[in-house]
Amino acid sequence: MSEPQTLTIDVNGFSTRVWRLGSGPKLGFLAGFGGLPRWMPVLDELAKSRTLIVPSLPGFPGGDRGHSVLDSHLDWMLAVRELLEKAELAGADLAGSSVGASLALEVAALWPASVRRIAAIAPFGLFDDKDPPTDPWAQRADQVPGLMCADPEIWKAMKSTPEGANSIEWPIEQTRAAEAAARIFWPLGNTRIEKRLGLIKAPVLLLWGENDRIMPRGYAEIFARGIGGETIIKIIPGAGHLAELDKPAEVAKAILDFTA
Amino acid sequence: MKLMWFHLMPYTELPEDFRDANPSVWVDIHSTLFDPKRAHHMYNDFMDELEYAAEVGFDAICVNEHHSNGYGLMPSPNLIASALSRRTRDTAICVMGNSLALYNPPTRVAEEFAMIDCISGGRLIAGFPVGTPMDTCYAYGTNPSQLRQRYMEAHDLVVRAWTEKDTFAFNGRFNQQRYVNIWPRPVQNPHPPIWVPGGGSVETWHWCAEMDYVYCYLSYYGYKAGRATMDGFWAEMDRLGKPRNPYQAGFLQFIGVGESRQHAFDLYAEAAEYFYGRCLHVDPKWATPPGYTSEGSQRAGIESQVKKAADSNVRGKSTGERFASVAREMEAIVDNGYVIIGSADEVAEQLREVAVNLNVGHLMLLLQYGNMSKDLTRYNTRLFAEQVIPKLKDLHAGWDDRWWPKPMQARERAEIAAFQPRLAAE
Repeated sequence: MSEPQTLTIDVNGFSTRVWRLGSGPKLGFLAGFGGLPRWMPVLDELAKSRTLIVPSLPGFPGGDRGHSVLDSHLDWMLAVRELLEKAELAGADLAGSSVGASLALEVAALWPASVRRIAAIAPFGLFDDKDPPTDPWAQRADQVPGLMCADPEIWKAMKSTPEGANSIEWPIEQTRAAEAAARIFWPLGNTRIEKRLGLIKAPVLLLWGENDRIMPRGYAEIFARGIGGETIIKIIPGAGHLAELDKPAEVAKAILDFTA
Repeated sequence: MKLMWFHLMPYTELPEDFRDANPSVWVDIHSTLFDPKRAHHMYNDFMDELEYAAEVGFDAICVNEHHSNGYGLMPSPNLIASALSRRTRDTAICVMGNSLALYNPPTRVAEEFAMIDCISGGRLIAGFPVGTPMDTCYAYGTNPSQLRQRYMEAHDLVVRAWTEKDTFAFNGRFNQQRYVNIWPRPVQNPHPPIWVPGGGSVETWHWCAEMDYVYCYLSYYGYKAGRATMDGFWAEMDRLGKPRNPYQAGFLQFIGVGESRQHAFDLYAEAAEYFYGRCLHVDPKWATPPGYTSEGSQRAGIESQVKKAADSNVRGKSTGERFASVAREMEAIVDNGYVIIGSADEVAEQLREVAVNLNVGHLMLLLQYGNMSKDLTRYNTRLFAEQVIPKLKDLHAGWDDRWWPKPMQARERAEIAAFQPRLAAE
């Protein structure tokens, strides 16, 4: 597998990383909680038959401190839209996980022409009093890996400081990723996205890790009921909240089949 | 030297097995542990104790703000401060303080502090803490990524509300108010002195130095651990070419005065172990909301750990790590300097060292902590007032305390309506 190309775009004055790999029709990917501090196997899988474009979300690894100027939901929406346009993803298929999946759905609701088909892995955005999501920001550090992935070692390996990386800046960047997610989703993860789901006319694949310990699986049905376009729910056996990290091949296949 | 008497107002009847049976004293402490009828007595005892401290000659009495907290029963310190304003005459009232970002709109703080300043005849010290993660981000749900920006903006709004003569529009990033015009206005001109409790963040040192505010380190871990933080503040003052006026600093210290060191050890062990054992039992999951600690402070913390700097025992550790590593037995509590104990002479000698070494002109003293009884609190307070204060008063005499309240002249002030003439703490 060849190396991804790393491009840089400007979003609200912040230098933002965009990875690009493969050929064929474009497919965008927006990272989940914690971001993508390093290239992960699911991206290789997705790039096998597509031009995969992975722009960093503001404040997530590769996204500098872009979150720090986003005060309102509208600020976030406009930043994500600008990000997708500058990454040359306008009108393309879009996949996202967790927080990134929520943003992908929002963009599809507000600017229907900007997205073709969507694959959303356990999106944030809802809060049901009777079945609340786990609070990802109130956890002991040693609990987080097992909440994010069915196999905690995968999260740990993704987050550990790589050989040669700046040992001071790397951990700060990981905290910043959690902060950026908090900036838009604090404290409940509830952006009242249900009010906008009906505006989504694009077909949506809802993927859920069988063992998601953050987002209750019942939320898949709430999303499916609310979304204006056609929806399919698919459960990924043996996967946790960030199903794409636990089961890269299965998740990539589902996304590629859906957007083929 | 100013000696100030500080109350946290801890719930004094947490069960003996509290640590084992409960995850945390803060945020999700269970409601069934709280007996309002017992709290009625606690509040009244605590207020008696504060009034007693004023009566026996402390320069100030201090209260602070906590939420959903078993060791701090003052979600609104302003309520207590306003009552104290009526029951004390010359003592400064230090509210340490109001967490600015939690008030919507923040002009509420400008108004309430102005009320206290009017009621007390200009005796208020206005404390502006950011607030702990537990109070602000979890109990109050404030976004950790916006907390400091909201705090800074609220500060600007409050100071403007106090000082601007005409009604103005405030067009902030987080607060927009078309008509800001607070009534009442503070007695003190231009406004009550502003003191800022900090936790060792680089930015707060710089900000206090620049703004000419008092920097206070309110740590429960005593002078040994506090040294590095105060040194950091003074280093920043030096860097900016500002004078080392000790009155620009405040420091919190737990105290137990007895006849001798052993006597004090025996007297205060239970209360201290109650505090460090039960009251500081905080689930670390509440300690690190992302964004609460600025990236500058994270960087300084990681660097200091990397360098194994002498101060890494406290700085560079998250609040959670601090809670986890706290000493909980009296021997270690005293050895670590969390609580200074001894005869009056021994306490005075140690505090003199603290005040000199940390270069601090305002000592905020906790003479009640944990489940300390009213009698013992009163004993501790009286011994300190009678035998320790006189030995410390001369310290830092060459400096001018520009950050102390400037009340109305005694003859200008209202007569306080008669209340029970018996000693408040009896």
